[in-house]
Amino acid sequence: MTRKRMTGLAGLTLTAGLVLSGCAAGGASDEPIVVGSQAYYSNEIIAEIYAQALEGAGFEVERQFQIGQRDAYLPELESGAVDLFPEYTGNLLQYYAPDTMATQADEVYAELATALPEGLTALEMSPATDQDSYNVTAEFAAANGLVSIADLSGVDGLILGGNPELEERPYGPQGLLETYGVTVAFDATGDITVDALLEGVINVANVYSGDPRIADFGLVTLADPEGLFLASNVVPIASSDVADAIAEVINPISAALTPEGLVALNLQSTKDQMSAAEIASEWLAANGF
Amino acid sequence: MDLVLEALLWLFSAEQYQGEGSIPQRTLEHLVYTFGATLIAAVIAVPIGYFIGHTGRGGTWVVGLTGAARALPSFGLILLLVLLLGVSERVTASLVALVLLGIPPLMAGAYSGMHQIPRSTIDAARAQGMTEWQIIWTVEIPLSLPLLLGGLRGAVLQIVATATLVAYVGLGGLGYDIIQGIPLRRFDQTMGAALVIVVVALTLDVLLAAATKWVTPRGVHQGRLSDVRARDSVSRTAPVATVAASPEKEITQQRNTSS
Repeated sequence: MTRKRMTGLAGLTLTAGLVLSGCAAGGASDEPIVVGSQAYYSNEIIAEIYAQALEGAGFEVERQFQIGQRDAYLPELESGAVDLFPEYTGNLLQYYAPDTMATQADEVYAELATALPEGLTALEMSPATDQDSYNVTAEFAAANGLVSIADLSGVDGLILGGNPELEERPYGPQGLLETYGVTVAFDATGDITVDALLEGVINVANVYSGDPRIADFGLVTLADPEGLFLASNVVPIASSDVADAIAEVINPISAALTPEGLVALNLQSTKDQMSAAEIASEWLAANGF
Repeated sequence: MDLVLEALLWLFSAEQYQGEGSIPQRTLEHLVYTFGATLIAAVIAVPIGYFIGHTGRGGTWVVGLTGAARALPSFGLILLLVLLLGVSERVTASLVALVLLGIPPLMAGAYSGMHQIPRSTIDAARAQGMTEWQIIWTVEIPLSLPLLLGGLRGAVLQIVATATLVAYVGLGGLGYDIIQGIPLRRFDQTMGAALVIVVVALTLDVLLAAATKWVTPRGVHQGRLSDVRARDSVSRTAPVATVAASPEKEITQQRNTSS
């Protein structure tokens, strides 16, 4: 082994040591708060809002954005390598408790608090939601008199489109039949779900409620009176070590983030092509932080 | 190792072999996309490759195209074509993307198959009074077959692997179980489907490798000293077979016949 590589290795070990000791110490105000985000533009905007708010409150912040999906980042969060992460109550609960029966926002939040592994704390959830919802085009809704999912039971030849996993989810075709008596065929349209709906290849589309395209294309989100979907509110998940210290900064943000506000944030990203940092600082200023 | 074991359990559980979305059905879908795309790619690429190889015009163009096509992002291409052609045309869009992947190796195979034939061989054929078409059909095409099939192997392998992605636009195939399994955290299913794709790809490759040997003209083997191995001569040239058990003997034999 050459000398250069040895030095490199020593450096690496040193860095790893520092990172590890950082985890152990957590919370101490001289350690930076590591804020993470999913590889999902909307999630990154929320993470950036947290990061900027913490910086405004005098914390040192390190950003670890775009860590991918839950299987990639939850171990980081559990190990303490990441301190704060914007999450969604329903989807996260489903991860830790796949068989959960909770669907209403408060139930889901309460159950999530117990389902979270040791060392993680859910701060106060926001009224903003980004959850699965069933949508139809305005024409289709008008033609069939659709307001709620229950109204679908009178329509024949329905094709439901969504991500492949929807086929197996409790709120998928099986859940539709059991809860509302609605029979649908399933088409795994994935990323092209909204396009498929607009073209009429499918007639019911599973779209996240925070998706700006719902408003853009005038889609009608069907009401869910029976609570088929898990409510999925935006919720900051924090390392228990730092949770108390940052709660007073983060909780007011959760309170101020409304469902409409979240859609507006997403729209700034998808339509105006603004960066997460710009969107976050504008939002913080506009909301008086 | 646990994961592989769970994947095998998933693979061999009875419920994967019945009803909608069974492994046989997904495999069949996968093969239909693979063969369909390969066939269309061959119909387009082979005549062009032969034309370039026969005339010697545009060879650099083929080399450039082959290199450039390797950089095509397949997933992006499928999504782009679906959005351009419309979701109702997603089968066509996905096939076009797969065909585009298959064309370069096939064209390169057809072109280089003809290109590597020694000019002296073709000149000899011409000196015998063969017409251009006779040269193409009886000399160039048979002699180019091994390399063309090499190109076909490359194309099939590329397409069978990439056909996994058509599941992203709701067209099924073995990729469906993979991309459905990941968010559901059913890694046995993801791993199991991946194993099936590997088996399908390897099977196709082995079959095509066998076919390549089969179509290689006797002359191509005997013409090259490096290709004369004991096993080849056993199957191809019966009279030599008994003596050619060891390589040394065979070389002696060659020397004797050539002197």
